[in-house]
Amino acid sequence: MSHHIVEFKDVHFRYPDGTEALRGVNFRITHGESVGIVGANGAGKSTLLMHINGCLLPTAGTVTIGDFALTAKTRREVRKKVGVVFQNPDDQLFMPTVFDDVAFGPLNLGMDDAAVRERVDQALALVNGRQLKDKPPHHLSAGQKSSIAIAAVMAMGPDILAMDEPAASLDPRSRRLLIALLNTFNHSKIVASHDLDLILDVCQRCIVIGGGTVVADGPAREILTNAALLEANNLELPLTLQGRS
Amino acid sequence: MTFNRNYFDIGRLDRLAYGRTWVHRLDPRSKVVATLLYLLTVVSLPKYEVAALTPFFLFPVLLAALAGIPARFILRKMLIVSPFAIVIGIANPLLDTRTAVVIAGTPLSGGLLSFFSILLKFALTVGTTLLLIATTSFPGVCHAFRRLGVPSLFVSQLMFLYRYLFVLMEEAMRIVRAREMRSFGARGAEIRVYVRLVGTLFLRTVDRAERIYDAMLSRGFQGDIPTLGRSRMAAADLLFVATTVGFLGLFRFVPVTEGIGRLAQGVLG
Repeated sequence: MSHHIVEFKDVHFRYPDGTEALRGVNFRITHGESVGIVGANGAGKSTLLMHINGCLLPTAGTVTIGDFALTAKTRREVRKKVGVVFQNPDDQLFMPTVFDDVAFGPLNLGMDDAAVRERVDQALALVNGRQLKDKPPHHLSAGQKSSIAIAAVMAMGPDILAMDEPAASLDPRSRRLLIALLNTFNHSKIVASHDLDLILDVCQRCIVIGGGTVVADGPAREILTNAALLEANNLELPLTLQGRS
Repeated sequence: MTFNRNYFDIGRLDRLAYGRTWVHRLDPRSKVVATLLYLLTVVSLPKYEVAALTPFFLFPVLLAALAGIPARFILRKMLIVSPFAIVIGIANPLLDTRTAVVIAGTPLSGGLLSFFSILLKFALTVGTTLLLIATTSFPGVCHAFRRLGVPSLFVSQLMFLYRYLFVLMEEAMRIVRAREMRSFGARGAEIRVYVRLVGTLFLRTVDRAERIYDAMLSRGFQGDIPTLGRSRMAAADLLFVATTVGFLGLFRFVPVTEGIGRLAQGVLG
């Protein structure tokens, strides 16, 4: 199955103000892999995620998603395959009610009314959010907003799921539910986070980003137990592995 | 700080729209159409008219009663915007001093009469519009506009306004709080500080707008916000609009108040 592949080849990106956020990123994620992306603040994690569905286009190098090389022309097609959950749910929930927001993606995919309703219902059930259907987003708690943002992306039925700090505003129970939910999604997923325990629970593979390049890439178990590597990148061992007594 | 209170008060308007009364359940389009016709009829009355305006109170009062909307809440909201109407009409009694009518021996100037007329029209139109939102919800009104053929561009602007008004206010509230916490009640360079706060708010808003647009594109936005046909005009809706139109016509073209007056005179005398 070639259509769920994400490949970065020597990707460079420079922001208009001159900041060089990515300096030659290389990796290849194949179908069904779950990959955690970790790194210090400002290492380029969010910038990298913005490249996965073409919100940003590389200044040099190529990004390939499935059968398409990502360009201004193909990004509309790419966006149908890649669902991105951004960091701040307030940016993601832009419609006046929860229902409208979750329906936004499916409607843009051109589905008919009945199919859209069903999709919305399924997606909300997935995050235990059915009872929030008619609420405006400003009446939701931060955790509820996060789960609706995830439902809104899941409703589009993406082949590849990319998330930026999905658990940042969740309480421990909601975080646990999110981990369970992510583990039921068996297409490719890419999770950028500082929550190393979440990465350990959800991802088999882990990529460490530092200074705009890939510093390390390997099985999550190996990378996340390498204390020296983690510390060099402003990280530390996952709490579950710290063995405090 | 009154800012906090006003902020939480806005949220109340859409909480009222969660109601499940007969009025709430009407199709939003029928309520929007009825309200627009009502506004047009009220505004079309001549500028010295006062008596003929009174029967029009029936519509908002009935609507509020049937929908269980607390009248005090609506009145308080009307009070907040009332300065606009007062400023528009306040000069009339001074400019137009010609005696228009004599009631019980007291001459009333045309200006005074038109000032009252403006105030009444203001109360009727603003009150009814607030009731429309309180019984339909703002998104409901937006959807109705869209399905009544208002261009998508305008409707989506309204939707974003409503969605991000709250986010913006929260942002502003956080900035104001952060300032208060560190200024220890000191006054002084107040204005200069506020100018900078507004600048900060503006920059944050621009950044946010960019992120929202990215999020929209990520979910397949192509320049048009699609909507779902979620409600159907039922017999009750047609009946509601027809009844409203009937009564509006009656109140507009037949001097009802005068008729009631004459009837009362006949009974008493």
